[in-house]
Amino acid sequence: MTGETLITGVIGSDTHIVGNRILSMALEKAGFSVIALGALTPADDFIKAAIETDADAILVSSLYGQGELDCQGFRDLCIEAGLNEILLYVGGNLVVGKHPWPGVERRFLDMGFDRAFPPATRTDDVVEALTRDFEARRGRAGKAEP
Amino acid sequence: MSTSYALLVDFGSTYTKLRAVDLEVCRIVASAQAPSTVDSDISTGLALGLRRLEEQFGTLPNFKHRLASSSAAGGLRMIAAGLVRDLTTEAARRAALGAGAKLTETFSHRLIADDVRRIVDSAPDIILLAGGTDGGNSDVILENARALAMSDIGCPVILAGNRVARDEAQDILTTQGKTVVATENVMPEMNVLNIEPAREAIRSVFLDHIVRAKGIDRVQGMLDEVLMPTPAAVLSGGRLLAEGYRGKDGFGDLVLVDVGGATTDVHSIAHGAPTRDGVIVQGLPEPYDKRTVEGDLGLRHNVATIVEQCGAEAIAHSAGSTVQEVGRVLTAFQENAERVPTTASERAVDDALASAAVTSAAARHAGSIETIYTANGAASVQRGKDLSEIGVLVGTGGVFVHSRNPAGILRAALASSTRPDSLLPRNPTLLLDQAYLLYACGLLSTKAPEAALELGLRSLTHLNNESTHGHNPAA
Repeated sequence: MTGETLITGVIGSDTHIVGNRILSMALEKAGFSVIALGALTPADDFIKAAIETDADAILVSSLYGQGELDCQGFRDLCIEAGLNEILLYVGGNLVVGKHPWPGVERRFLDMGFDRAFPPATRTDDVVEALTRDFEARRGRAGKAEP
Repeated sequence: MSTSYALLVDFGSTYTKLRAVDLEVCRIVASAQAPSTVDSDISTGLALGLRRLEEQFGTLPNFKHRLASSSAAGGLRMIAAGLVRDLTTEAARRAALGAGAKLTETFSHRLIADDVRRIVDSAPDIILLAGGTDGGNSDVILENARALAMSDIGCPVILAGNRVARDEAQDILTTQGKTVVATENVMPEMNVLNIEPAREAIRSVFLDHIVRAKGIDRVQGMLDEVLMPTPAAVLSGGRLLAEGYRGKDGFGDLVLVDVGGATTDVHSIAHGAPTRDGVIVQGLPEPYDKRTVEGDLGLRHNVATIVEQCGAEAIAHSAGSTVQEVGRVLTAFQENAERVPTTASERAVDDALASAAVTSAAARHAGSIETIYTANGAASVQRGKDLSEIGVLVGTGGVFVHSRNPAGILRAALASSTRPDSLLPRNPTLLLDQAYLLYACGLLSTKAPEAALELGLRSLTHLNNESTHGHNPAA
């Protein structure tokens, strides 16, 4: 584990903090450096925190069904702020009503997220995905793992 | 047995004020003032002030403490630079203001050539350079250090950013002959405020460099020490009065409003935690002793912006006067910054302007509460300090002393139904710093805190029983 810095938080007017907290604890336990912004976090605040802390990834949670609205333009905000390479994940109850997951996932990937996670994702799966993605990036950058 | 006295001096931009305090009865026994003479030799004005003090004593006593604060020669002029405006830049701003500085400008992200030129042109006394949490972004602070290193700035630079970048940033600056003081990060972790070390560094640079650079050290021999910038002395005085000392209770949480010719300062000594249930606090944590400065709200130099903000009609209405009369008085105030209102009409306008300045400054200082509607009901989000339950509100500054209705001006800082989102004090005891002694309390608190506390507790005047209604211009 190389201790990458991750930003976590629940986006928008969403107070559901429990899942996000469990995820943050699991990520920390897995050796990441986690900056947990908690519930009711505006999109801007994720970006600002990522700049100051030189973060490697932002993990956005949304559980109240407004995720699609709140996450609109998130990648663009990152690019505007100079965070060109940052890894973006999103997860939770991303849309209202019953929709097949592949379609929902597609919508968020099209918005510029690197990965989207459905409800009831296990924390181990997130850790594994992060590890794989960071390794791939290191490979791309030609940097050998110490 | 001989009484012991303390001499407490404030070198203001216009006047040098002197207060002699009897340390046994903890009262001011003599006061004097003389024009500040910082442009020629600051000791000339002090000598004149001392002669005026001597006239009241017969012979000047041997003062046990002779301490001074200064806001002369433009005050402590600082530039603060950080990375993200709401994060490290804001933390740096708060550190500078809390140390009593006058912030001439703040910068975020990378300094471009034009920024550096502006910094050089404004010739600050200190530059506070922050940016990045510990282990976070280091590129920007290093690049900014490089830009400043290659510039013509002559003032000391305080480094209070990402600690991982500290050594390199210090090298970059010292190699180019700049004076550098490195201290802890103002924001070591995301949303963790750590401004005390930076404040301390500012204070030590003030003592080691600024006092000499401004020629204030000429008073050596006449005084023991010029300890701090005046706003820092007022803030220390407020803090002592709030906290008390060694078993002697203070007032508890308090807010202090200082209305001046160029700015309106608000200080709060309170944690400002939510007073209602179920409130979620957002944003950067607030410093316990917080000072905000409204550079656009001054009763003489910036009086035009006060009128711009609330409208000449509103001022005229509040003064029971006409727009024409307000315009006339305004011109008179702007032409002479030292002008004290002489007629009933001038007093009414001055009071109305002061109330407007206090209203805005207090609202900007206090936190706010907002109701947001979530999928599972309404939630309240607080940003900034909740000052609604604080027990004491203190007014200081010339306008409170000259006004016939200081309570009315001070009440402008209270919560009102016209701004329900603002967490302003609701029902505090109103106190007036009639003798202008808060700076003196702050200075004395460094040497004789018990006496300083007594002095403050005994000397502030209660205002609550005074009339609260508006002015009668004909009075």
